[in-house]
Amino acid sequence: MKLQRKNRLRALSLGAVAVTGALALTACGSDDTGGTSSGSGDSTASAGSKVDCGDAKGQLLADGSSAQKNAIDAWVKQYQTSCKSVVINYKGSGSGAGITAFTQGQVAFAGSDSPLKPEEVTASKEVCDGGQGIDLPMVGGPIAVGYNVPGVENLVLDAKTLALIFDSKITNWNDKAIAALNPDAKLPDLKIQAFHRSDESGTTDNFTKYLIAAAPDNWKYEGGKAWQAKGGQSAQGSSGVAQGVKETKGAISYMELSYAKDGISTVDVKTEAAEPVKATVENATKAISEAQVVGTGKDLSLKLNYTPKAEGAYPITLVTYEIVCDKGNKAETLPATKSFLTYIASEDGQALLSEAGYAPMPEEIITKVRSTISELS
Amino acid sequence: MDISTKKDTVPPPTPPSSDAAGQAAAPGATRIGDRIFLGLSRGSGIFLLALMAAIAVFLSYRAALAISKDEANFFTTFEWNPTANPPVFGIAVLAFGTIVSSVIAMAIAVPVAVGIALFITHYAPRKLGGLIAYVVDLLAAVPSIVYGLWGALVLVPHLGGLYGWLNDYLGWTGVFEWQGGAPRSMLTVGILLAIMILPIITNVSREVFRQVPRMHEEAALALGATRWEVIRMAVLPFGRSGVISASMLGLGRALGETMAVAMVLSSSFEINLSLLDPGGGTFAQNIASKFSEATEIGRDALIASGLVLFVITLLVNGAARLIIARRKEFSGANA
Repeated sequence: MKLQRKNRLRALSLGAVAVTGALALTACGSDDTGGTSSGSGDSTASAGSKVDCGDAKGQLLADGSSAQKNAIDAWVKQYQTSCKSVVINYKGSGSGAGITAFTQGQVAFAGSDSPLKPEEVTASKEVCDGGQGIDLPMVGGPIAVGYNVPGVENLVLDAKTLALIFDSKITNWNDKAIAALNPDAKLPDLKIQAFHRSDESGTTDNFTKYLIAAAPDNWKYEGGKAWQAKGGQSAQGSSGVAQGVKETKGAISYMELSYAKDGISTVDVKTEAAEPVKATVENATKAISEAQVVGTGKDLSLKLNYTPKAEGAYPITLVTYEIVCDKGNKAETLPATKSFLTYIASEDGQALLSEAGYAPMPEEIITKVRSTISELS
Repeated sequence: MDISTKKDTVPPPTPPSSDAAGQAAAPGATRIGDRIFLGLSRGSGIFLLALMAAIAVFLSYRAALAISKDEANFFTTFEWNPTANPPVFGIAVLAFGTIVSSVIAMAIAVPVAVGIALFITHYAPRKLGGLIAYVVDLLAAVPSIVYGLWGALVLVPHLGGLYGWLNDYLGWTGVFEWQGGAPRSMLTVGILLAIMILPIITNVSREVFRQVPRMHEEAALALGATRWEVIRMAVLPFGRSGVISASMLGLGRALGETMAVAMVLSSSFEINLSLLDPGGGTFAQNIASKFSEATEIGRDALIASGLVLFVITLLVNGAARLIIARRKEFSGANA
């Protein structure tokens, strides 16, 4: 009896210590994080490098292109280690959904694989008080053409043969047109299975833009996110077409470079340069540097050059944009938006891209992007 | 006599009173519990009607918006391009693909499901039957995206052999002609859907076969029927309407299956006569794959296609009810 009471007392006191201890610790914890976040903000601002958090805080919602989702994730991870008071939430639900969310005022910025259309700019004027939506090119990337032909390495194709293959006009791998481009390769007698995306996709849009620009006589379709040519096989998503290429002998398809791995070889594209070009991040950046800014005002939408003459410029590239208001951004999210976009356009931010399989923007373009971001209001 | 008439006259006073109580209970429900239950069930019924009406109104409104902008014939166009200027889209391929894939699924699943149900109820030892029933139930618990993954990663790579065999022996029909593409065709989708709808058909059929009156079976056995004859003459006729209802439930799932089809089918806006060549599409698959990148009109166009699926499902269910109503006399409910 006595013993029990003693034990109970002991347990009670232990419990009390635990509770107060926990309270004290959590109190300390919250103090600490508050201190470090403001402290790091100060120190980085004074150092003038890395991330400038400014007075950014709160939650930043964004939505859009799934093609740049991995890049955004990498940026957010870095950014939030410095600016702990900002929570960035990027849903990669697709360019179309992102632009819709933006024009309805649900998100601070949207990601998109293609620049705003005129009617979307009109719609954006309703949410941008006194301004309009603008495109900021931020992420580039090569669209690789992956293939699965046993015994054939370093396959070279040009725009014309690609167009004919994807339009089901060239149906066998031992076709003369392919043989002419690959005099040394042993091309098998194998049916070509051209895979395309079954979902609507910015990758399809950009790939067909290339075919339209570089092989206008052989690719007569209008273009757009939905695949238009008849015939061939299709699969859902970049991972779906990559899977299709991997498992099907004779398959060929287009996909973002990061999907073309584990047994998928990529086509070297014959351009107007002397040597066929490999699909790499560096070669994509070289091609994007020939792009022209065609946006008016602060809009920086690009017109890519799909027939580059420079050596080592990979022509099938994709540029994804961040879409924000040039004026009239919401007051509560403007500091965070500006701070995050400044970071991703900075040298550190762009350097992170090639690690994630994307191509950084060329110097000339990113400089314009930086100055445009600094003027956002 | 007198006494007997007296005895006869004594009871009458009680029946009227009980009758009156019965009459009062039937329509009005005198007890509080009855009244609450009546209110709840009536409310649920009306809620369901309102819900279906709301869905129908929403679909029709958005569909009307899209179809008014469609430059092509909505029912006969083999194209889906609502972002084009002017927008062009039609459901011909989707309707064809939805119906064909569901029919294949039914053709495979119904005989297998009835077979499993008969085996469980009439052939298998009790323990084995219970185990099989349990495993079939588990099939229903697998999410459809897992079926999609399994279909794309396991089923598709292994179907080449079957396709080659079909092409060799039945290729001359045209329906089983194979050009050697990846086996991501309507037949593959049908096989996958058949597996997915198996549990629902099996379960309902099993319960129906269990309900067959013991007397029927014993009477048939007494007449010298073999076990197969018992099943043919007593069990199957009794269970027919139940099996049809079960199949319709399964068909409902097959018509509306989304992710598994989207992951397995090599879809395109073409109709292939051959079931083995890639191409075609289904309503649900098309909505799932096109929705995320669709513009506003694109979304309305997808909703319009959803309305067509809604109507097809209504028609199928109506037809099933007609068939079941016609076979009521065989159902054994009055036996």
